[in-house]
Amino acid sequence: MDRLLFLLAAGLARGAVLALFALSLVIVWRAARVVNFAQAAMAAAAVYAAFHATAATGSYWIGLATGLAAGALLGAAVERGLMRRLPAHAPLPGIIVAIGLVMVLQAGLAIAFGPEHRPMHPPFSQRPFVIGGVPLLSPYDLFTLGAAAAVMAALALLFNRTPLGLRLRAAAFAPETARLAGVRVPRMVALGWALSAAAAALAALLLVPTELGLNPHAVDLLFVNAFAVAVIGGLDSPAGALLAGIGTGLLVSLVTGYASASAAPLAVLALMTLVLLVRPGGLLAAKEARTA
Amino acid sequence: MSALACDGLTVGYGDGAPVIDGLHLDLAEGAVTALLGANGAGKTTLLRALTGLVPLRAGRILLGGTDLTGMSTEDRMRAGLGLVPEGRSTVVELTVDENLRLGGLWRHKAKARKAAVEEMYGLFPALDRRRRTPGHTLSGGERQMLALARALLARPRVLLLDEPSLGLAPKATAQLLGVLRETAARTGLTVLLAEQNAASALSVAERGVVLSLGAVAADRPAAELAADPALRHAYLGF
Repeated sequence: MDRLLFLLAAGLARGAVLALFALSLVIVWRAARVVNFAQAAMAAAAVYAAFHATAATGSYWIGLATGLAAGALLGAAVERGLMRRLPAHAPLPGIIVAIGLVMVLQAGLAIAFGPEHRPMHPPFSQRPFVIGGVPLLSPYDLFTLGAAAAVMAALALLFNRTPLGLRLRAAAFAPETARLAGVRVPRMVALGWALSAAAAALAALLLVPTELGLNPHAVDLLFVNAFAVAVIGGLDSPAGALLAGIGTGLLVSLVTGYASASAAPLAVLALMTLVLLVRPGGLLAAKEARTA
Repeated sequence: MSALACDGLTVGYGDGAPVIDGLHLDLAEGAVTALLGANGAGKTTLLRALTGLVPLRAGRILLGGTDLTGMSTEDRMRAGLGLVPEGRSTVVELTVDENLRLGGLWRHKAKARKAAVEEMYGLFPALDRRRRTPGHTLSGGERQMLALARALLARPRVLLLDEPSLGLAPKATAQLLGVLRETAARTGLTVLLAEQNAASALSVAERGVVLSLGAVAADRPAAELAADPALRHAYLGF
């Protein structure tokens, strides 16, 4: 029982990071109908910016802010410099360019900073609180959960309760109708990419201190799991990303704890296959419009 | 004074022959003009070119004194043009209320926007009853109403409508055109109404323009067009 509680608590923190990264993929999918395969490499670049800002100033928080800003700028730059120039009605060029960008970014990071893992220190202790003899969440786990929850709540508020969010959603769902309503769609798409890349950067910044450290491939596994999470939840659904992220985090934690870490990716793939067999659009896929 | 003037418009797709060829058109301030013609005459292409959704090969578009040529679609909308496109153009993922508010985001500050949205609910009581309803559950008539209400909310100087009666029951069409005529008379809105249903369109218009193969085949008062048996037989089908 103690072990189960520990694994569930650890799964919750892992799930929050997965949900946040999956949400970043959902945002860019909704804004541009592109699965951004470069999201992991872009997030890694943002974490390098954070790493160097922290090293230069000695402040984790300045590093965090730098990483988020770098992520947002990189997202907007990728949209403005690359994605906007591609044909709008075919998804394949966007996917190919994103894959090419992964190679360029990861090679560039390796050339600039080397391939070795650089340890990143968390701002809070990773020693778990022990309650009733059971080790549960650590202060850093609580920070991770809080930060991910706060950002997801802020994004939900932005998208659902503000005029800017209404513009962003209209531009994503029906660009032509949005333009006819006076919405500057290209600006909204660039903003969508910036928000998405900043969310991915935050997820990576929360994850890397708990892993081996920072290297150009440090976010790859997070991307693979988060992509599965986004598909499980429904690529169009932020709520689906949250639900599937928490569920998948718990699954990975339980499988790792009771079986082995190497079985966890297989469990995620099995869950994705099962969900797609039952609900091909994902758990919370968009509803079809009435046609009569 | 003309509210919208097109001078020598030429529009086509790819390398194909022009769909609109050197067209001249003036819309009088505050008038409802019916744009008529058979399938393929170029009505939809003309409206999409006026709004910048299809690029011009040649020509100039003036809205009052403002040259719209070369402006983006969103800037043309902000300059005072509005379009209700063919095919119930609502954002089906948004609620009725969100669709409506979208129409006035750039035009109105928060308080004025709320008042303008309430005014639209007054004009379209069927939408008022379904404020929180997601767009994907609306009927065709409701979606067409919503698209018109959203366009009116931005208070355009010139409103273009593309086949608003498409797929609607006669009663719903009459209701929609009634609101349009009443709003135009009350606000001085200039309307260009592209319609296959020539009888309906001419019943609310002061003037009718018949397009044929991308050029103006007739441009006369609506009553005269409706009464001309040769034109009715050749172009209008009633």
